[in-house]
Parts: sequence; C-alpha cells; structure tokens
Amino acid sequence: MTDLTTTPNIPDPDGFYAELLAAHDGCSAQETHALNARLVLILANHIGDRDVLGQALAAARGTGPDAREPER
Amino acid sequence: MVEARYRTAFRLYPYERSPDQDAASPARHPVVIVGGGPMGMALALDLGLRGVPALVLDDHEGAGAGSRAICFAKRTLEIADRLGAGEAMVRKGVVWNRGRVYRGTRAVYDFDLLPEADHKRPAFINLQQPYFEKFLVDQIRRRQAEGAPVEIRGRNRVTALDRRADGVALTVDTPDGPYRIEADRVVAADGANSPVRGMMGLGFGGRVFEDNFLIADIVMHADFPVERRFWFDPPFNRGQTALLHKQPDNVWRLDFQLGPGIDRAAEMDEGRIRERVRAMIGPDIGFDLEWTSIYTFRCCSMEHYRHGRVFFAGDAAHQVSPFGARGANGGMQDVDNLGWKLAMVVRGDAPESLLDTYHEERRAAADENIRASSRTADFLTPRSPAHALFRDAVLDLVEEFAFARPLVNSGRLSVPCIYAASSLNGADDAALPERTRPGAPLADAPVGDGWLLDRIGGAFTVLAINCAAPPGIAAVETVQAAPGSPLAARYLGQAPRAIYLIRPDQHVAARWQQASGAELGAALRTARGMT
Repeated sequence: MTDLTTTPNIPDPDGFYAELLAAHDGCSAQETHALNARLVLILANHIGDRDVLGQALAAARGTGPDAREPER
Repeated sequence: MVEARYRTAFRLYPYERSPDQDAASPARHPVVIVGGGPMGMALALDLGLRGVPALVLDDHEGAGAGSRAICFAKRTLEIADRLGAGEAMVRKGVVWNRGRVYRGTRAVYDFDLLPEADHKRPAFINLQQPYFEKFLVDQIRRRQAEGAPVEIRGRNRVTALDRRADGVALTVDTPDGPYRIEADRVVAADGANSPVRGMMGLGFGGRVFEDNFLIADIVMHADFPVERRFWFDPPFNRGQTALLHKQPDNVWRLDFQLGPGIDRAAEMDEGRIRERVRAMIGPDIGFDLEWTSIYTFRCCSMEHYRHGRVFFAGDAAHQVSPFGARGANGGMQDVDNLGWKLAMVVRGDAPESLLDTYHEERRAAADENIRASSRTADFLTPRSPAHALFRDAVLDLVEEFAFARPLVNSGRLSVPCIYAASSLNGADDAALPERTRPGAPLADAPVGDGWLLDRIGGAFTVLAINCAAPPGIAAVETVQAAPGSPLAARYLGQAPRAIYLIRPDQHVAARWQQASGAELGAALRTARGMT
C-alpha cells in the first residue's frame, strides 16, 4: 500500500500558495466552493490510488479547528 | 370475494374452480408460488421444465396494466432463453445499447452499454412488463401442453399461512369462497408489499427516499433516437432530472423528478401532466397518455430470504430504486438461483442445506443492488449542500474531462452478481480469465454457428475447451476455441485448455486447466451443497 505523502513535497511552496489564492480571486463564497470541489476531483483523479485517497480524506477530516484533540 | 387491486392488461388465467376446493381434506403440493408476476411465472416455468410440480396462486387473472418495469437486461434475456421465452421478448422489445446524458440542453457525454461484440443478446431491451409476463405465461402454456406440471390459479388470494413442522397450510380465497391447501414449500413472489411477509410478521428494513417521480408513458410518433436520454437540470424541469426512453408500440417512457413535498393530486392532474410532456417533447408532436404514475422509492431488504419452508423472491425479499433497472432484473436472478436448488432438493438429489445458499447468494446480490441504486439516488437527489456541490462539480467537468464521466451516476445498469464468496464455489485456477471465475455467470460467446449459452444450462454441465472432459458427469459440452477467438479470450486467457463445471443456472462452479474425475466429483458435491 502506498502511503499518503505528508512531508513537504511541493517545490516553490510560496509560489503554489499564491497561485491557489489567485485562482479564487473575485470568487463569491459559492464560486469558491465550486472551484474547490472541481479541484478536489481533478487532483483525486490524478492521484488515482484508492488507498492514498482514503488516507487523504481521513487526514482532512482529522485536522482543523473542529477536529478532536489528538490523544497524547 | 377477491376484489381486483388493479386493471389487467392481458387476461391470461381466468378463475376456474379447482378440485382442491371440493377436497375432503386439503390437497398437498410440493411447491406453491404466491404471486404470478414475472418472478412467480419464471420460477413456475423453471420448476415445470425440471418436472417438479409448481402451483401458482395469483389474486388477479393476468398481467397488470401499466408498463412498470421496462428495461430488461442481457442476463434476464439469457435466463428467459433458458426457459424458452427469450426470443419472443427480444422480437417484441426495443433493443438499445446507448445512453446519452444532458446537462440543461447540452449533451455532455454518451456511453455504450455493451462495447463488447459477440454476445447473442443485447445489453438491454425495453419491453412493457405486461408483455414480459405474457411471454412467460405463453411459454408455460406450451410446456403444459407437453406435460410440464405447472398450474396457474387466477383470482386465488392467499389470506392465511400456517407454518407447521411438516409443511405449510394455506388458506386461499376465491370468487367461490375460501379453501385450504398444504405445501411442502412456499415461495412468496408477491411483490414489494408482500402479504405473505406481513402474515409471517417479518420486517423489511432500509432507507426511504423523500423524492417523488412522475412517470408519463405516452404514445407518439417521433423520430427520437432509440437511446436512453437523461437530463440534469433541463429547461423543462429546472433543478430536477428527467428521462426519455422508447418502448414497443410507439410508447415512450417519460420520467420527471418532482422533488420532495409535492401536491400529489395536483401533479396527477391530466392537464398538468400534458403541460409537462409538451414542455419536454415540444409543442408540435401529438401524443396520447398511456399510463401515468407518481412513485417514491425505498431501498429495503428482508433479513433472511429463507424461513424454513418459506422462501422470498423478487420485490417481496428486497426493493431497490428504479435507477439501474435492478428490480425486475435482480428478481429474475433470484428465481434463476432458486429454481434448480428447489428442484434438486424436492427430488432428493441434494441436501436441504442447499436451499440455505439461496439466501446466502441472493442476499449478497441484493446488498450489491441496493448499494448501487442508493448511490444513484444520492447523486440524483443530493441530500446536503456538500452533496450538491460535488454533484455539480462532476457535471461541470464532464464535458471537457473524460475522467469525470465514470462519476456521473444516472443509474448503474443491472449486471448480474458474481457469487465470488459462495460456499458452492469449488476449485479455481487463477491463470484463467477473472470474468469467468467461480461464482460468475457465463459470458456468452459464439460457438459453431450458435452461442455458448444456448448449449449450457438446466443441468450441471462440464464445458471442456480444447480437451476431453473428465469422467463422472452426464452433461458435457466439448468445444474448440481458436487462439484469439472470443471464446478463448473469455475462458482461456493464455491457457491452452480448460475444464469448467457449470451450475444449472449458468454460473461457474469450478474450473481447472486439467482435472481428474475425483477433482470434478469433489467440486460437483460442493456445488450441490454436500460438504
């Protein structure tokens, strides 16, 4: 099984981040959501590996302000 | 009294008084089938062809009016071929292989259901359900004339069922009043609201969907293409979906999603329906309304399909959404599975436990059908803003990017279940093609000037390809498969030869590149539930 890459993997991280933000420039909240949904689908197809996609979904659900505190 | 619950399209088995009604003590029958719909009739025919007496009790005198199930899949036609009714269905039916998906007014993609050539039967035909039932009864009549022990009793309604240690006692109402019979075994094929299930107090759990759909079957002369056309958000039904599909006799199925919380009476108003139809087909085409209905659906299943001597089949056992045509097609696979097992056990050729594998195999199949049809329902009717967001994202992408096409779900059309984990499966050789592994239905292929599936079925059969069959079985088909032929691709792969043990329902039981008589015998015992 391939593991989800969770170590830095994007060359030029600042440049990518700026490009991501720029893609959303001028979008309403609804348009931003729609753009993100399309982006998720495009990237998911590129990855193609069901195991990796499953891990990515779990990672996304387990992170963020509403996520449960990890056990220490 | 037996009040009619619906109109009949064809009066096929008028009520006649049976000697059983005047018997001093209840007459005993090996198999009583409750319900004369497609499943009940197909099972009766299957049993009759095997010489097992089958009595069908139906509370009407023929096939109910209304097109209802219209899409019959290749596997269903193959089963009907085995029973001798397939040719009439295909001759009358409208053959189609192509589906086209629209968003608004734009065609965003189309698909071919059977990109593979060299099958006798097409991927699907459309045929009104009353015809399907009539062709089965026609075939029963032909076989009865040759001595097949099938009896159909019209306007016979089962009103009580008493399960005893030694059999099942049934009370049956008729226009002449009630009478009683006894059965060794009962098959309830009495539909989604199964009265037998109710009499036995058995549950039917699952998910109820809130959405309403309107069916308008219309008669019109239009030169629309023969394909399944499906719309997301069309101008004539904004924010909802719609479907257009051709049936025989210039009847077209129009299906409009209406959404939840509708005014049912207002939507069934004929003027309102005509308005909807005109908006869809255009103002210039004349039409007649043939049959209209508003439906909601649920995806439900019984926990167990066998309760001792009582078996449940078709919608009585499980119900799916109509998307994907998995109701009637799934039901036909139920009775295909049950027929040979019942016959073998009734004749004493297999242990009682073989009948448990009916539940084992068909419950797994129903779970598969429910899963597929629930996922379609979720795509068509997003349950939350997030679901709608991704559905719309898929539709945004589908025209430009091929990768999004498999994500569009307007119905995953019925394909037969592979009983991959069945306890009846025997030896496998993984070097042989995956599609014909144990548990899989046979893949058709040309053989000589005919078809493989026309040669096999009804009994356990050995298919010996490019070799001789091992001893120990009466039914043998020995065939030659040339390299590169469809038969070789589907059954040999790179192997030079193969031996397949085929069940009476045309599913693969076991397979080898070389097998001894002892190995074949062991697989045959396993496939008859003797381990």
